[in-house]
Amino acid sequence: MLKIEDLHVYYGGIHALKGITMEVPENKIVTLVGANGAGKSTTLRAISSLVQPTQGKITFHGEDITKTKTADIVKKGITLVPEGRRIFANLTVLENINMGAFARNDKDGIKKDIQRIYEMFPRLKEREWQAAGTLSGGEQQMLAIGRALMSRPAVLMMDEPSLGLAPLLVKEVFRIIKEIYSQGMTILLIEQNATAALQVADYGYVLETGNIVLQGPGKELAANDEVKRAYLGKA
Amino acid sequence: MELYLQTLANGISLGSLYALIAIGYTMVYGILRLINFAHADLLMVAGYIAFYGIMVFALPWWFSFLIAIALTALLGVSIEKIAYRPLRNAPRISVLISAIGVSFLLENLGIVAIGARPKSFPRPEELVWNIKLGDISFLSLTVIIPIVTLLLLVAVTYMVNKTKTGTAMRAVSRDFETASLMAVDVNKVVSTTFLVGSSLAAVGGILYSLQYPQIDPLMGVFPGLKCFIAAVMGGIGSIPGAMLGGFILGMGEVFLVAFMPELSGYRDAFAFVILIFILLFKPTGILGENVVEKV
Ligand SMILES: Nc1ncnc2c1ncn2[C@@H]1O[C@H](COP(=O)(O)OP(=O)(O)O)[C@@H](O)[C@H]1O
Ligand SMILES: [Mg+2]
Repeated sequence: MLKIEDLHVYYGGIHALKGITMEVPENKIVTLVGANGAGKSTTLRAISSLVQPTQGKITFHGEDITKTKTADIVKKGITLVPEGRRIFANLTVLENINMGAFARNDKDGIKKDIQRIYEMFPRLKEREWQAAGTLSGGEQQMLAIGRALMSRPAVLMMDEPSLGLAPLLVKEVFRIIKEIYSQGMTILLIEQNATAALQVADYGYVLETGNIVLQGPGKELAANDEVKRAYLGKA
Repeated sequence: MELYLQTLANGISLGSLYALIAIGYTMVYGILRLINFAHADLLMVAGYIAFYGIMVFALPWWFSFLIAIALTALLGVSIEKIAYRPLRNAPRISVLISAIGVSFLLENLGIVAIGARPKSFPRPEELVWNIKLGDISFLSLTVIIPIVTLLLLVAVTYMVNKTKTGTAMRAVSRDFETASLMAVDVNKVVSTTFLVGSSLAAVGGILYSLQYPQIDPLMGVFPGLKCFIAAVMGGIGSIPGAMLGGFILGMGEVFLVAFMPELSGYRDAFAFVILIFILLFKPTGILGENVVEKV
């Protein structure tokens, strides 16, 4: 459903993506793993049009969205939970959630979805009126995910949702990812926690300095010796 | 006692005028981190449009005022589009210089096109008359200005805090990129901010022209500077802060002149002394942003 062909991205002189081709099929979890600086975030940012590729093509349901503006990409159904959560610290929790529904006008639907988010993340309901900046790291991540779901995306992209969280919370994040997936979501996931990510993923890509060096079904990759050595820290 | 009441009334009047103008500085700063020097000159532009509407085109005063507000707002929005937007990703100092450039342009355009000689601003009798209360008498404007201002301040506060557009403004002021990931058209939100700030400046400029009915191409400079200081004093970026700063400054200025007439020559310096103290002792201002942020 989401296809990337021969994507190149430069930051000034830095060639961050050197011709990436990948695909995210409907109703699957696809993961992108790789060391720091490999170009994982850049790939997601290019899909969201936060950076402009110099070459290559991104299509969604067959439609070319390479040059579509960020806001319109969200309206088409691709939402990004950005690296570092990026909640609006000066807004209340509820206002943050409402921002996620900015493009929507169906009041009743929005109300229902907010209830759904609160059922998924009861902590957020308790803190509805609090400034989001006062939430803990884990709660902020829940808020960032909940906020993204409010746009009713067809594809949810997540950039290192477990970064900086305590092990128990990391587990919780993966449980939520599986829950969202089981409700019919298509997910493109970046994780520094490659083992866990490859375990939940249907398909995985391994990125190394802007190139895809390996790909395959998640569990196969997790068992691959080369991947183990390079990314999973096992001999 | 009379002097005290009279001064208080004048202080409230001038303070609310400053508050109105200071909001424009703080809103633009909040969203672009830019001190919009051209904001001061919008007062002058509104004053002149209102003047020409009444004196040359013989429009009813209220209609002339409406046109002045609309055109000034349009000018404010255009300034952002032409002079600031292309520099969105440039170093902040470039945008600041661009703002100073626009300010000089407007002032000198005014001098060349209209002439530097002050014109006397018409005072419609439905709007400006003398009120006598016992021993004290004052201009109707002393009452009208705070009322108009109060209504606008309430409206702006409501808009920013309770409406969808206002929430988007606050989100954009925090993080452009993430706001765009919420499907917000960031440019539209920036334009709206300039629209609101410039409209308030226009109302401020018209009220100022009524209160001090002499207009000239540089008339915006001093009130503009003072309102900028008011915004800094309240905590730049904070709307309630700008209101508070405006009131304190207006009140302080009026009381200084009334009770220490020997210092009245320093009337304009008063604001700068306050600015220096604020920068020395509380650079974030009285209500400066203080959101706790955990990482
Ligand atoms: N805004 C930027 N400006 C310049 N270089 C950048 C920028 N963002 C990322 N890079 C560079 O691009 C490369 C890929 O970065 P990124 O996509 O963030 O990697 P990852 O998410 O896999 O850690 C890195 O070499 C990084 O230094
Ligand atoms: Mg990254």
